[in-house]
Amino acid sequence: MGHYIPSTEAQQKQMLCDIGLNDFKDLYKDVPASMYLDRKLDIPEGKSELEVQRAMASIASRNKVYKTVLRGAGSYDHYIPSIVRYIPAKEEFLTAYTPYQAELSQGVLQSIFEYQTMICMLTGMDVSNASVYDGATAAAEAAAMCRDRKRRVTLISESTHPDVINTVRTYCFGTDDELRLVPCKDGKTDKEALKQMLQGADVSGFYVQQPNFFGLFEDATELGNIVHEAGAMFIMGCNPIALAIMKTPAECGADIAVGEGQPLGLPMGYGGPYLGFMATTAKNMRKLPGRIVGQTTDSKGERCFVLSLQAREQHIRREKASSNICSNEALCALTASVYMAAMGPSGMKEVASQCMAKAHYLAAELCSIKGVKMCFDGRFFHEFLLDMPKADEILAKLDENGILGGLRTSDGILWCVTEKASKVDLDRTVSIVREVLA
Amino acid sequence: MNYPKELSYAKTHEWVKTEDGVSVIGITDYAQHALGDVVFVNLPQEGDVVTAGESFGDVESVKAVSDIISPVTGTICAVNEELADSPELLNNDPYGAWIIKVQDVSDTDELLDAAAYEALCAQEG
Amino acid sequence: MKLIFEKSVNGRSCTILPKCDVKQTCLDEDLERQSSLDLPQLGESDISRHYTELCKNVYGVNDGFYPLGSCTMKYNPRIDEQIASMPAFTDIHPLAPEASTEGCREVLDLAGKYLCEITGMDDMTFQPAAGAHGEFTGVLLIKQYHKARGDEKRTKIIVPDSAHGTNPATAAMCGFQVVNISSSEDGCVDLDALKAALGEDTAGLMLTNPNTLGIFDENILEITRLVHEAGGLCYYDGANLNAVMGIVRPGDMGFDCIHLNLHKTFATPHGGGGPGAGAVGCKAFLKDYLPSSAIMGSKGIQVRSFSGNFLVVVKALTYILTLGREGIPEAARNAVLNANYLMKRLEGTFEPAFERICMHEFVLGLGRFKEQTGVSALDVAKSLIDRGIHPPTMYFPLIVHEALMFEPTETESMETLDHVADVLRELYELAHKDPEYMKGAPHNAQIGRPDEVQAARNPILRWKADD
Repeated sequence: MGHYIPSTEAQQKQMLCDIGLNDFKDLYKDVPASMYLDRKLDIPEGKSELEVQRAMASIASRNKVYKTVLRGAGSYDHYIPSIVRYIPAKEEFLTAYTPYQAELSQGVLQSIFEYQTMICMLTGMDVSNASVYDGATAAAEAAAMCRDRKRRVTLISESTHPDVINTVRTYCFGTDDELRLVPCKDGKTDKEALKQMLQGADVSGFYVQQPNFFGLFEDATELGNIVHEAGAMFIMGCNPIALAIMKTPAECGADIAVGEGQPLGLPMGYGGPYLGFMATTAKNMRKLPGRIVGQTTDSKGERCFVLSLQAREQHIRREKASSNICSNEALCALTASVYMAAMGPSGMKEVASQCMAKAHYLAAELCSIKGVKMCFDGRFFHEFLLDMPKADEILAKLDENGILGGLRTSDGILWCVTEKASKVDLDRTVSIVREVLA
Repeated sequence: MNYPKELSYAKTHEWVKTEDGVSVIGITDYAQHALGDVVFVNLPQEGDVVTAGESFGDVESVKAVSDIISPVTGTICAVNEELADSPELLNNDPYGAWIIKVQDVSDTDELLDAAAYEALCAQEG
Repeated sequence: MKLIFEKSVNGRSCTILPKCDVKQTCLDEDLERQSSLDLPQLGESDISRHYTELCKNVYGVNDGFYPLGSCTMKYNPRIDEQIASMPAFTDIHPLAPEASTEGCREVLDLAGKYLCEITGMDDMTFQPAAGAHGEFTGVLLIKQYHKARGDEKRTKIIVPDSAHGTNPATAAMCGFQVVNISSSEDGCVDLDALKAALGEDTAGLMLTNPNTLGIFDENILEITRLVHEAGGLCYYDGANLNAVMGIVRPGDMGFDCIHLNLHKTFATPHGGGGPGAGAVGCKAFLKDYLPSSAIMGSKGIQVRSFSGNFLVVVKALTYILTLGREGIPEAARNAVLNANYLMKRLEGTFEPAFERICMHEFVLGLGRFKEQTGVSALDVAKSLIDRGIHPPTMYFPLIVHEALMFEPTETESMETLDHVADVLRELYELAHKDPEYMKGAPHNAQIGRPDEVQAARNPILRWKADD
């Protein structure tokens, strides 16, 4: 019964009549009769808004919202300032199409230009695109940027998020290119193995995640030097919160910086929508995929913004385009901009510092329990892998207490702490673990 | 529209001038006019091998992109790097703004003289 | 308008976080960021006003008529937004234990079940984040299928020349050679061209139906039969499903896999260019090739992390539940009715490319009009901006000269369509009286026509303090 058709039945009849038709069915005379669906769809009857609200709320109630989230692994529970929820919900931003008509879209175009600038500030790189789908596709697109006719092989560190590895592998499968995994040693990329694998001139690029899947900081500058010596490109996948305090990809010599933008004000949302950010050096600007906003002047000489460098894209280059992307994650990019503006430089550094401090606090407290120890000794940001007995039991007990514990992996439990967890939450977690292991 | 007599032309709108075994290649006045304002030229590198009938680069305008097809087979001995910063040279002076020079030319596509090329352009409108 | 950076005042900030309640840990110097972080420094009221100013220079569906052909800019219901912003959906970690995510999985199951019924498919994935991403996924199904059967010689994908640019770009990303075939005058598949292109090397065909000219290809059963006979598979680009949902199903047309744009057909908002959701459906024999998530414990291909743009799927499901079995085809019928009505109301002004019943969109060909007046399709589009109407899609499809493609959608009223027809009639007359004025349009938009050549020749892609 629900619908969003404003014309009344009488108006619809009038319109049909004006076209010279008697029946709606006449509109579909090109559809072969044998194909015409002559039954009703097997889906429920339509509902009023209130009924739909009840039905969806009932589905939602079957989810459990945890009071404390100590799980990351690619999706992070950061505090979202209230203004970050309100701005992207403005109907003009929400319901606009891609800003192809610059004369009607200056607000969207400027917001993307500002987003591109903030991503450059965060990463230290020269240019950013207007976003791609998520961190995993950003990695895959970056790998494609590195390939040329002669160099077709991509290397990726085994310390990368499994979804990123698998997505890059799938994109390589598409273009019939090879992906090789660089093994880890003590939870970090094995530099000697990387050197070995770079021999031969067929490697186009190497991808490393910083901090890596286990939460550890990689020796990025050194890895970059090794890659460049072999004439390949160096891609860094970075956590955007950590970037506020850690050495930037530009400072590590990266050719391309990408990452998952979800921590910048986007909810976990059972996996999406998220935001893939991509930035590179001026030299590689025209290899960036997807939309890019540029500044120019209008016929009156005033500053204005347009979608620029469009000849790279599929709607012009068709099968010769490097990527088929058109819709991206514009509203998520706007969300990230508002988040970065609300936090400001000091707030961004504060979030990063608090995440790191709290993660180290929890790690130390848990490791003081007998039988619990760190899997690796490397330096870490806000995630760490613990070898602990009775892992399933611990996680179940925390769950009962409204705490989503770390992620169970084959080696132990991967914990994550953000600024949202208070000392009280962390102490409670430690005492529950202590009880289980007592 | 300008069709200098001393040049040879490919049906795909490139011009060629061969002197002392080196072929100089660019795009024609007709081509630059059809493209409109050129905003970027994707240039190959010195030492690259080009094949007659195959693309070695492309020219971008705001709303279009067009392959540049090599009329000859050989090795690139010079690239006009000035076009990287000033792509508008292709609009302002298409026959002065060469794109590549090719040596060791082993094969050449069938080329047209100025009159035949002008007739072809007239046909394409 | 000033940029947000130009409004920054050193030392200004919002107060978001409490003081850290545990001991600080410092990064070692070799890991520490060296350059300063120059993000803008603003108070909350500055931020609020900045973006409110920006959004006054944005035109959304909520601002008015938005007839972008092929984009299905229908109204985005508020209830869908409200449901998708419930904490019980937004605050769910994708790797939370199954027992705690039953609701999320129910959303995906129900949306998959209903969309399979609407499209005639057997299974569906929501991992792809947008339409083009769905195309990539769908064509990878075709690639895996041939590979699994050891049929390595199928290296070509056939695409009509009237197709969206994403189709050939997708085929190339999947390692296939693109065979472009010419369309007949009305954008339908030229059967002779198709037969000539088909062979042992055909991996598949990518097709939109109704096609990009808004016409339903009546030979569709013959087309899919020919492709199957040659050993290829048929891919349905769902860009134009809004015309036929609940009326005829891609599965019944003979397609093997499809993508849907939930952000077009199923009313989720475009957000100024995303996020979308590109659900991909397939027949049972392809379902083992659908993508999944490595960290969620599955093997197989994967096109992004986790389960895709979940919150967008929540909106689409809310929409489907609202419309239900009657409302879905009713929406399609009214989309088609509105397009035909508007085309009819334009009689005697701009000429349609084809004098026949259209589907959900129609194309005007302004070739002759331009010869008479010197006014181009672009000038007409820009003149609409002056009258508070978003321009239609311009210069697409490429096979119509001076094309303007209108897709009014079902959520526009008869009065709106009448008004738009009056405005277009007025512009038609104005072009004959004062063409020069129209060539200078828009006259009262946010900006004059931008210099795109300058933007592309000397790219300025970020703000810098010195500028």
